[in-house]
This record gives sequence, structure tokens and C-alpha cells, in this order.
Amino acid sequence: MEKGNTEQLIESLSRGLAPVRPLLPPARRALLWLGAVALLFGVIVLSFADLAAFAARFAAPRMALEAAAILLTGITAVIAAFHLSLPDRSTLWRYAPLPPLALWIATSGLGCLQYGLGLGPPGDRTGDSPHCFAFIVGVSVPLTVLLYAVLRRARPLDPLPVALTAALGVAALAAFVLQFFHHFDVTAIDLVVHMAAVLCVVAIAGASRRVLAAGG
Amino acid sequence: MAPETQLQLQEASWVVLMRAAQGGDARSYDQLLRSVSPFIRNLVRRYCRDPDLAEDVVQDVLLTVHRVRHTWDPQRPFSPWLASIAARRGIDRIRRASRVARHEVSDEIAIETFAAPAANNESGALHAAETIAPLLAALPERQRRALEAVKIRGLSVAQAASESGQSVAALKVTMHRAVKALRNLVGADKDGGV
Repeated sequence: MEKGNTEQLIESLSRGLAPVRPLLPPARRALLWLGAVALLFGVIVLSFADLAAFAARFAAPRMALEAAAILLTGITAVIAAFHLSLPDRSTLWRYAPLPPLALWIATSGLGCLQYGLGLGPPGDRTGDSPHCFAFIVGVSVPLTVLLYAVLRRARPLDPLPVALTAALGVAALAAFVLQFFHHFDVTAIDLVVHMAAVLCVVAIAGASRRVLAAGG
Repeated sequence: MAPETQLQLQEASWVVLMRAAQGGDARSYDQLLRSVSPFIRNLVRRYCRDPDLAEDVVQDVLLTVHRVRHTWDPQRPFSPWLASIAARRGIDRIRRASRVARHEVSDEIAIETFAAPAANNESGALHAAETIAPLLAALPERQRRALEAVKIRGLSVAQAASESGQSVAALKVTMHRAVKALRNLVGADKDGGV
């Protein structure tokens, strides 16, 4: 195309220019979103969870470390998604959630080793894995919709990493809330089911990434 | 003046213009886009030697800048934001162009080699123009304007989209429908013995 056409394009873009409000910095937007979700989750947990059982379970350092790693995965992934949605932020943000994710898998894996490859301690837990899967996916999907609604305002130029980190973030937050209703140690089967649920959410979000690019 | 100082002055001027543009100042925005175009062109030409394609990419970058102008934080430098958009859009477009080049044959080659020997003949071309004019006139106005802008006036799809107030995707759909409608009209004419 010719330069003359570029001149005409500039004229047409400038004509009737509408003012825009710049987006808030990504970390602040992420914290606002996380704050709103924490409020929602707080109400649910305080209303329905057995907090005494949760406190007793997480008195063990490994369990506390596992819960912290899950929460950290969720928080860093959501913050990363907000950064990645902007054109001038480092693409290295896509790797930010990986260290806490590795810690999550490692601490859960350690728990599994305590029971060998068995199904875990005997008693009240057989058959709960499908519920865990449904919980993580069921909580993550509406949360992803809420997060997409905010992220798409940036009209990301490369929506795939934004979608993937956002999905990992919401799935990890859902897995964290699950800890309040999961009154038994994680077994090998649980770990596989939790990770399968996270991957399922990430796959759904990845497939719907074009929603982000469309903008809002 | 030292090149560093010149760059700093340029950056400072872009920051002032972009802040005003975010506030809706059309004159500052016009000035900014004219000022950044050579910068974008230089960036794009580093990895795109075809001048036509490079200018198409420049226009695409300008459209993207317009679409995401609210994502620039007035507290941050402007050049890295612009350079990042230019690099991403440029790489996307050049990849797409090379994909198309691998899988498609350009119209001129197709017409010369396969389709219609008469198309290489000047009188044939004149006859084609006479035939196409009433067919174009029979199209719905939106479709006719889209085809005329891109195929006759030679605008890029991005520019034609901006001119008509449509998105690039919507303009492509309109053009696709226009070509389909033309094909049907040509078929109807042939059936009618024209």
C-alpha cells in the first residue's frame, strides 16, 4: 500500500477522536479483583466450612505449606494475567506462577508418598474424587467469566498466555477453597484429579481466548 | 544535538501528545500518528523487505494503536509501548502473509496462466469493465462500497474498514458476500444469455 493511504488513515482515525480513560496499573486491577473474590469466598467459607477441622488439619507444616502454595499459585497467576494483557509488559510474566505451582505439586506429592500408591487413609473418603473435580471446574468456570470480563478491557494482542494464566489462577483459587471442605490428606488419586480439573479449566479458557481479544 | 538527547526530546513530545490524545484532543492525536509513522516504518522494515507489505503493516499498527490507546499508562514511557505493538502486529502480519504466499496463487498469475486468456487482451479487459459496472451497481450499497474501496481504489482492508466505520473482520465478511453476490449475478447473466 502507498504512504498516501497511511495519511488518509491517520486523518480518518483522528477525526471525531473520543477520549479514553487509561486503565489502572495491572497490579492494582489484579488486587481489586482478588479482593472482591476473597470477599465472596470468605462469605462461603465462613458460612459452610468446618473451620475447627481445617485448623487442626493445617497445624501440620506440610499441609500449611501446601495450602500456601496453592493460594500463591492463584494470586501470582491472576496478577500475571493482568500484566500479560498489556502490550508493554514483560512476557516473562507467563512463568511467574510456575514456582508456586511446582511447590503445590511437590507438597501434594509428598503427602501421597506417605500412603504409598494406595488410596489414602481408610475411612470416610472413598469416592470423593469426582466431587473434587466437579467443585474445581464448577467454581472456576464462573470465576473465569468474571476475570475475562475485566481482562478483555485491555484487548490483549496475544490472548493465549492471558487466557492460560487466568485459568490457572482461578483453578488454583478454587482448589484453595476446596481445602476448607476436603477433610482428608491428598492421595495420589486426589492429586491426579485436582490437576486434571486444573488442566480442564485451562483447556476451556485456552479454547475461548478469542473472547479476550474481542475487547470490551 | 546528540542522538540520545534527540530521542529523549522525541519521547517527551510523544508522551505529551499521547496524554492529550487520551483526553480526546484530535489535533494532538493527528500530530502524534504522523510523528510515529516513520518510527513504526523503520521498525517494520527491519524484518519486512516488501515495501507494500511493510506499509500495510504500518497501517495495521496504527489501527491497533488506536484500538488499544487506553492501555498506555501515562506514567510510563511511550516508545516501548509503541514498539511492542509494532513488533507483535508486524510479526503476525508477516507470518500471515508468508502463510498465504505458501498456499495461494496471486490473481494476476492465475488469470494469465489458467483462467482466461482474454483477460490479457486489452479489448477483453475493456469488455470486462463494461460488464462488471452494471453488476457492481446491482449490489447492495454496503457491499458495492467495500469492493470498490479495496479492489478498485486500492485501499488496504484495514483502511477501507476504518473509512467505512466497520471492523476489519466485518469488512472481510462484507467483501466475501459481495464476491458471492457478484458470482451469482454473473451466473444469472449467463443463464439469461448475456
